[in-house]
Amino acid sequence: MNELEHHSGDPYGAKDGKDLVSGITVFPMEEHVMRRADIDPKAATRAERQVATMFTLAILSVFAFVVSYVKIPNTKMIDVPILGAANANHVAIGLFFGLAILLIGVGAIHWAKKLMPDVEVIQERHALTSNDTEREAVASSFQRGKAESGFAERKLIRRTLLGAMALFPIPLIVMLRDLGPMPGTRLRETIWDKGIHLVTDVTYNKIKASDIPIGGLVNAVPENLLKIEEEDGNLNERGKASIILVRMDPAEIVSQQGEAWDYQGILAFSKICTHVGCPISLYQQRTHHLLCPCHQSTFDLSNSGNVVFGPAARRMPQLAITVDSEGYLIAQSGFKEPIGPSFWERG
Amino acid sequence: MALSRRHPAALFAVLAVALGTTGAAYAAISTGTAPKTGAASQTQVEEGKSLFLEGCSSCHGLAAQGSSDGPSLIGVGAAAVDFQVGTGRMPLAAPAIQAMPKTPVYNEEQIAALASYVASLGPGPAIPTSEMVDTSGADLALGGELFRTNCAQCHSVSAKGGALSQGRAAPSLMNAQGKEIYEAMVTGPQSMPIFSDKIMTLQNKKDIIRYLQELQKNQSPGGFSLGRLGPVTEGLFLFIAGLGALIVAAIWIGAKAK
Repeated sequence: MNELEHHSGDPYGAKDGKDLVSGITVFPMEEHVMRRADIDPKAATRAERQVATMFTLAILSVFAFVVSYVKIPNTKMIDVPILGAANANHVAIGLFFGLAILLIGVGAIHWAKKLMPDVEVIQERHALTSNDTEREAVASSFQRGKAESGFAERKLIRRTLLGAMALFPIPLIVMLRDLGPMPGTRLRETIWDKGIHLVTDVTYNKIKASDIPIGGLVNAVPENLLKIEEEDGNLNERGKASIILVRMDPAEIVSQQGEAWDYQGILAFSKICTHVGCPISLYQQRTHHLLCPCHQSTFDLSNSGNVVFGPAARRMPQLAITVDSEGYLIAQSGFKEPIGPSFWERG
Repeated sequence: MALSRRHPAALFAVLAVALGTTGAAYAAISTGTAPKTGAASQTQVEEGKSLFLEGCSSCHGLAAQGSSDGPSLIGVGAAAVDFQVGTGRMPLAAPAIQAMPKTPVYNEEQIAALASYVASLGPGPAIPTSEMVDTSGADLALGGELFRTNCAQCHSVSAKGGALSQGRAAPSLMNAQGKEIYEAMVTGPQSMPIFSDKIMTLQNKKDIIRYLQELQKNQSPGGFSLGRLGPVTEGLFLFIAGLGALIVAAIWIGAKAK
């Protein structure tokens, strides 16, 4: 029984949740329950062995890691149930490295839980304020500084200093100019213009109107994109000028954004979603719907590219097209409305 | 003297005869094979027609002119039939928003008969020959670029497929054969638009098929692919398995030992 009392006593002074000064119970504490390893030396030995086993396994895992890193060819694939095919080397080294660190951690916690003291203790707190002597010392030091620096008497110095400090942030504000220049008309314009040939994306061939079947889809860019070097913003222009061409039975076209903007049922629309600018060409040829995979905005290309579903706030801009004398598709003009996501000044 | 006996034009004459025979032989062979693929033999068309009347006409109409239940098949070509019936999408088991692939109902011979019947109704894309989908020498890198520009929007960058609107979906291409891929591009099955040979050339299509074949071969050297669906599955897996394991560990650490 002596043993029992010894364990439930608090080595830090507090006893059974009672405040040492006032004697009031501040924290109701449950009765301490002894662990098996506290009472039975055999159980303690068993716990000790368990912890040591985990550490030993961690050591073996480290060796297994090195061996599998060296021995398993990094091209070998294995089938793991549920998860599917995986690289054997990666699986093995990941598994053994993970096991090593996991076993060290689990062993340490098991050790703490089973063998280290688990008696409940109360940690004492003290007031957070400094004592009076220290507070007075700081105050008098401050007063001495004020008197010796002459901050109160020398008004000229004080005022010019305050002025300098007040104006100091101005350079930082002036530097905000570097956030510009303002975009100007760049958000409203693309490199499309009257008479520019439509060419296929990636392969850059002119597109003959008669080559597009009904139900067909072509990803296209303006021919003059090829003349713009990468350092002159080729990708920016591509990002704005990419279009898709679809062909439908002219009888199925309900409306267009301008009169005769199609060519025999071939319609050209911007490829850039008007919501947040994802490039889209998920064209479902039966329903004439164009779907954006990012947020599911859906546009009806047979009906002026109007939004039929989703968060996009405005229709997909249409590009007016026609053909040149040889039957190749050209633009009638540039886009008549800004392409891509809506922006502040657009209204 | 032996040399001088030859007329100066003899070489050209020999060449002309050789070219002529080769050309004629080729023409004979190609007309000989033509009935098999293009203009089918009359019996095959007849057989196709009877199969059509039996299995397809209830939706597509007695003359394949289409009805409220199914589109017209006039001018869709043999390739469309080979794709739709060959992958088991047609005949539909029940009216659905989208025909799904299943075990084909017809055997190869019957599919060929159906295809030749539909091809006889009007000109349309033919079933590609094996040379047309032979991808040796195709440009893998260009194929990748073309795939990402023209196909990845719907079928996803990893070709695992993706969702469309109103319950439709673009299928995974991980098991698609070269012939199937070609047929889908030229016929535009269901929601898919048509990519005609004149705009996207046969060579470009071979490049794309080659790229897909590489994707199909590609296993997961980087670890578990989790369906290759991108950050959603990866995030979900970590959220459930990773956080779950951490919670279990926290409970174990916090529990009192006995």
